[in-house]
Amino acid sequence: MASQPILLDYWPSIFGMRARVALREKGVEFEYKVGDLTNKSPLLLQSNPIHKKIPVLIHNGKPVCESLNVVHYVDEAWPDKNPFFPSDPYGRAHARFWDDFVDKKFSEAQFKIWGKKGEEQEEGKKEFIEAVKILESELGDKPYFGGDSFGYVDSLITFYSWFQAYEKFGNFSIEAKSPKLIAWAKRCMEKESVSKSLSDSEKIVA
Amino acid sequence: MAERSEEVKLLGMWASPFSRRIEIALTIKGVSYEFSEQDITNKSALLLQLNPVHKMIPVLVHHVKPISESLVILEYIDDTWQNNPILPQDPYEKAMARFWAKFIDEQICVAAMNVVGKTGEEKDAAVEATRDLLKFLEKELVGKDFFGGKNLGFVDIAATLIAFWLMRTEEIVGVKVVPVEIFPEIHRWVKNLLANDVIKKCIPPEDEHLRYIKDRMVKLNIKPA
Repeated sequence: MASQPILLDYWPSIFGMRARVALREKGVEFEYKVGDLTNKSPLLLQSNPIHKKIPVLIHNGKPVCESLNVVHYVDEAWPDKNPFFPSDPYGRAHARFWDDFVDKKFSEAQFKIWGKKGEEQEEGKKEFIEAVKILESELGDKPYFGGDSFGYVDSLITFYSWFQAYEKFGNFSIEAKSPKLIAWAKRCMEKESVSKSLSDSEKIVA
Repeated sequence: MAERSEEVKLLGMWASPFSRRIEIALTIKGVSYEFSEQDITNKSALLLQLNPVHKMIPVLVHHVKPISESLVILEYIDDTWQNNPILPQDPYEKAMARFWAKFIDEQICVAAMNVVGKTGEEKDAAVEATRDLLKFLEKELVGKDFFGGKNLGFVDIAATLIAFWLMRTEEIVGVKVVPVEIFPEIHRWVKNLLANDVIKKCIPPEDEHLRYIKDRMVKLNIKPA
């Protein structure tokens, strides 16, 4: 009845990867359209006229933009399998808060590491390590951020594909600073939905 | 089932648009709450304990558990008290509501704040940038009483930032960022807001609000126009 959703994406994009993981977790078949960010297609510009960015999920002809929005939408549109969020309101609010934290603090910091030099880069490293510490303390001894099963905030895993790049540009070891987070990341990578969706770290560094 | 008012507590600040959003939502739902006015220049131990990550208001405390970040709190309120829904039911419409609310907070709010304290060409550029973003919202309102349709919704609550902070302070800042000639729909929407009982109850009183903003600008060494 519903046509196959289309995902407009770009292979190294952390945010695109989130959408891929979400769709695969739900077992949804989707058509993958690779965009070229330096030469944006008419479909992209038409689907996301405000930000002109990927990922965009087009479902039943309607575009959903912004990776966290896409994750929420996928969870709500295919509610029967692998829910990403807890069912209780507080659990959900908790999840949204951490997703928001990842998007704001973590995202900004990681950009400074590979996108900037000198003082700004050092600042980025500091913020990154701080954010990692806060996330580690939130993870605690749980196997996943959501508890026993993969879910919200675990979508942070998509940043993992860039860890090698951060380490190279920033000249520091993430594992040394936060072994628990790396252990969590390796656990997530064992899931097919994740390993299939994340782009190869080597390719990103290059 | 009546909620005891002490079960719901809001740590907020009377002049903050983010704090007022929560009051609007709780009032729409008919939830009684205890309001704890916070001094954001001298943060209380309670605030730092309840929001150690961002150390900001608003923080909603329900059954002893704290929730921070205004848009996260709004969704929590809608999830917890199901009467008078704030968000649409349909997943796509919900995604769009979330998109617009984020757009207001991350794009419009930032652009509008950029106008304050600037002069000359820089000011003009900042005003243009803000107007370009507002034009998207203008289009969204065509044919609707509110962003939420017939009733106030999630985006309306977020957008009170524009109606009662951005637009109210135009005189102080010295430029009509949102003139009625360019934004007739937004002006019509503001009139609809002002006719709404919940809004009338929950927005800061205008004179006091303007005095507060002028004072703050002086303290921050920004010249009011």
